Amino acid sequence: MDWIHKTEQSSVESHGLKHDEFDSIVKGLGREPNLTELGIFSAMWNEHCSYKSSKFWLKKLPTTGARVVQGPGENAGVIDIDDGDVAVFKMESHNHPSYIEPYQGAATGVGGILRDIFTMGARPVANLNALRFGEPSHPKTKHLLAGVVEGIGGYGNCIGVPTVGGEVNFHPSYNGNILVNAMTVGIAKKDKIFYSAAAGIGNPVVYVGSKTGRDGIHGATMASAEFDDDTEDKKPTVQVGDPFTEKLLLEACLELMKEQAIIAIQDMGAAGLTSSSIEMASKGNVGLEIDLTKVPMRASNMTAYELMLSESQERMLMVLEPGKEDMARAIFKKWDLEFEVIGKVTDTKNLVLNMHGKEEACIPINILVEDAPEYQRDYTVREPAKEYLIDEGTLKSETIIDDLVKMISHPNLCSRRWIWEQYDHMVMADTLVRPGSDAAVVRVHGTNKAIAISTDCSPTYCKHNSFEGGKHAVVETWRNLVASGALPIAITDCMNFGNPEKPEIMGEFVECIRGMTEACSVLEYPVVSGNVSLYNETNGEGIYPTPAIGGVGLIKDISKTKTIAFKQNDTLVYTIGETNGHLGNSQFLSIVLNKELGSTPIIDLNDELKNGKFILELISQDLALSVHDIGEGGLLIAAAEMSLSSGIGISINCERKNHAYLFGEDQGRYIIEIDKKNEAQLKKLSNDHSVVLECIGHTTDENIEIKDIGKISIQDLKTNHENWFQNFTK
Amino acid sequence: MKSHVIVFPGSNCDRDVAVAIESISGSAPEMVWHKNTSIAESDLIVVPGGFSYGDYLRCGAIASTSPVINEVIKKAKAGVPVIGICNGFQILIETSLLDGALIRNNSLSFICKDIYIKPENTSSIFTKNNIVAKMPIAHNEGNYFASTDTIKKIKDHDQIAFKYCDINGVVSEESNPNGSLDNIAGILNDKKNVLGLMPHPERAVELSLGSDDGKHIFEGVLK
Repeated sequence: MDWIHKTEQSSVESHGLKHDEFDSIVKGLGREPNLTELGIFSAMWNEHCSYKSSKFWLKKLPTTGARVVQGPGENAGVIDIDDGDVAVFKMESHNHPSYIEPYQGAATGVGGILRDIFTMGARPVANLNALRFGEPSHPKTKHLLAGVVEGIGGYGNCIGVPTVGGEVNFHPSYNGNILVNAMTVGIAKKDKIFYSAAAGIGNPVVYVGSKTGRDGIHGATMASAEFDDDTEDKKPTVQVGDPFTEKLLLEACLELMKEQAIIAIQDMGAAGLTSSSIEMASKGNVGLEIDLTKVPMRASNMTAYELMLSESQERMLMVLEPGKEDMARAIFKKWDLEFEVIGKVTDTKNLVLNMHGKEEACIPINILVEDAPEYQRDYTVREPAKEYLIDEGTLKSETIIDDLVKMISHPNLCSRRWIWEQYDHMVMADTLVRPGSDAAVVRVHGTNKAIAISTDCSPTYCKHNSFEGGKHAVVETWRNLVASGALPIAITDCMNFGNPEKPEIMGEFVECIRGMTEACSVLEYPVVSGNVSLYNETNGEGIYPTPAIGGVGLIKDISKTKTIAFKQNDTLVYTIGETNGHLGNSQFLSIVLNKELGSTPIIDLNDELKNGKFILELISQDLALSVHDIGEGGLLIAAAEMSLSSGIGISINCERKNHAYLFGEDQGRYIIEIDKKNEAQLKKLSNDHSVVLECIGHTTDENIEIKDIGKISIQDLKTNHENWFQNFTK
Repeated sequence: MKSHVIVFPGSNCDRDVAVAIESISGSAPEMVWHKNTSIAESDLIVVPGGFSYGDYLRCGAIASTSPVINEVIKKAKAGVPVIGICNGFQILIETSLLDGALIRNNSLSFICKDIYIKPENTSSIFTKNNIVAKMPIAHNEGNYFASTDTIKKIKDHDQIAFKYCDINGVVSEESNPNGSLDNIAGILNDKKNVLGLMPHPERAVELSLGSDDGKHIFEGVLK
């Protein structure tokens, strides 16, 4: 196709815009854009900001429910947690920057998601994360792991919000493209939630926070492209975080929010001033006129282009009630922050930018937003992997204890203590369940209730059966919340995939969404916020599909909180749910036999629901002493984790003492510990609920024993479980 | 019972301390902004943890020159009980109200976990409950260091408040989380009315958080 425009073709391409996208800009404007305008379109129409490949499919996810106050589309989702309180939460990716510069990339990922939460009027009370690294032997893994963990800690510790949980795994598919997904949960009052729709013609548009510098220009465009061998050159597109300023911004914003002064507020995240101003104008169906000379600047001689595309951190844009400027200014000055009226709301429905008296841009908002490209990309769905039949004869039961040791000391199943001890997980003094259990539990300050939070995803499940993998990611968080004694309410999703222009990648995305949709519907566990990160590829090699899910639930009475730690010696240990011994695509195959083979386990959502409700019933009747869901690694790993976190042993005497039974990853299962005196009541209840119940043994003093097979002391197993990260990062 | 909690930009344990004080004494402390230059009559001043002024210079260094700090020093010298926790300890050291230095943890990383401490001095109002106490630490620069002369001086004057130990009170290298000299977790001034410690007693005032041993440190002053 011939290039017929005056604007250089190379300039359009370097802005990440396709030819037909540029055609529609020219058509919409009725002229060619100037450089500033081109930069603005580039920032708004990249994949990261426009969701152009994913929007069509995201609309299929269930987003409503009795407790949903705000679903997707705002800075974060909002759910009702009774008594006029709401929980505000979202998870977001910061993959590309973290690969280029792990400390700052991860730190600003935390900073960005925190701002999304307090922009809505919520005080952040918990941070979590979901991290994926390449295989440990890859030369970059150690450096990336250390940098990311330090960056997350560096930001969260300083701002004083506890980092209470998360997940991490290692797989070669992330060798050239790690994933850093950060989640924040905040608490607000239902009648004091702040939104981003600008309103009130003539009202002042106010800039607060840090000054604007030249950092992070084109960050969002970078995050929408694949990596190649020149990735190092992209370092200047990574922003630099200042958690101290964010702490001041948090306190100043919450202080101003107590007054009746803010009409709309939006943080400046990806694509900075561009996306925040356009978002506010578009939501309010108004125009904005901004005088860029008024923007507080860190560097001299910044151009309109640079000011609009900078991703300097710790900044916010607000529309204030007229007349409230001085009061608001006093608050921000008290916290030593910038406060500048930089424009006003107009009725033109245009974004107009002036600088030194000259008009630098004039773009109708609807062209930027409603006319943004949306693609229904071609997709092909791969056949799910077939069942891999192991010759059971080759698996000798004598190796079970050795296999347990191998698995529990493997980077994908070992203790994450080395990570969470670098995060302040107790500041704010409301952390009731610390990292290392099924879900983190954080009390709602000053009350007797708490929220439980869990992040999860199994990329290998998703790779080999994207539909079941999508279901699983949702269900695993649901199960974790249930096991903690919480009523699961809603999720946030962080969809990390490869290049959507490849039909097989798009197929993975479509199937994961379909699986998630089904799980969310049956469990009545809607999606209230989320983020999509595509083009996670290096040199054409895509990552495994990774729909990371963050689930939030409510514990109405904190005395009903459960952890995975065994509580007493000589109690009974039962499994809930049916164990068939599904070894396909399991941790046992991957770690012990070094094979990534077989079918992803299938989840029966009705069983899942039934078993989960049964667990909640047991907890409400105070029948369960401890509860743990059976996840990756199967029954024996779950039982060992309950021993490791308590120091109380277990003697397992189940019917089938073989690999398939002990390491199989059948879904919908839990382990519970109960007092002997409650056994009859447990059996009666399980009958009433028609759940499958099996006694697998009892707790003992200090060993993990499988009757007639072998045993290992908790202390020995602990040494194996605890040391991997420490040794790896030395 | 009147108490005060200093709030610097970047303090992040100020609320936790206030909640702990109120739960123990029944009355909420007054929060004192760093730009204030006077503090009303007080039975206890707490300099809380956090990252005062971002701690972008040496930890506590900027806070030690803040407007409010002269008043804290004046009150401390007049005998008002003062506790500096974590960053607060670092700040009190920077003001020279307390001796020594707090350098980077020997692991070179931030550490957040439960530890045990036991009182060395049993005469001060903060340490007279002679029990092994469990509470969290959460810091990057908590490795106590001092010159041989200083160590001798604080020992001679019975100024070591707490040492890191194990659950049974045994002080050893294994129970030292950050490399602190002699396992020192907290020290006193020579008049014993100023305490600085790295562990967070305010995070250990109720069993649902894992421990209520932290109460003892406040109780001597607040009751």
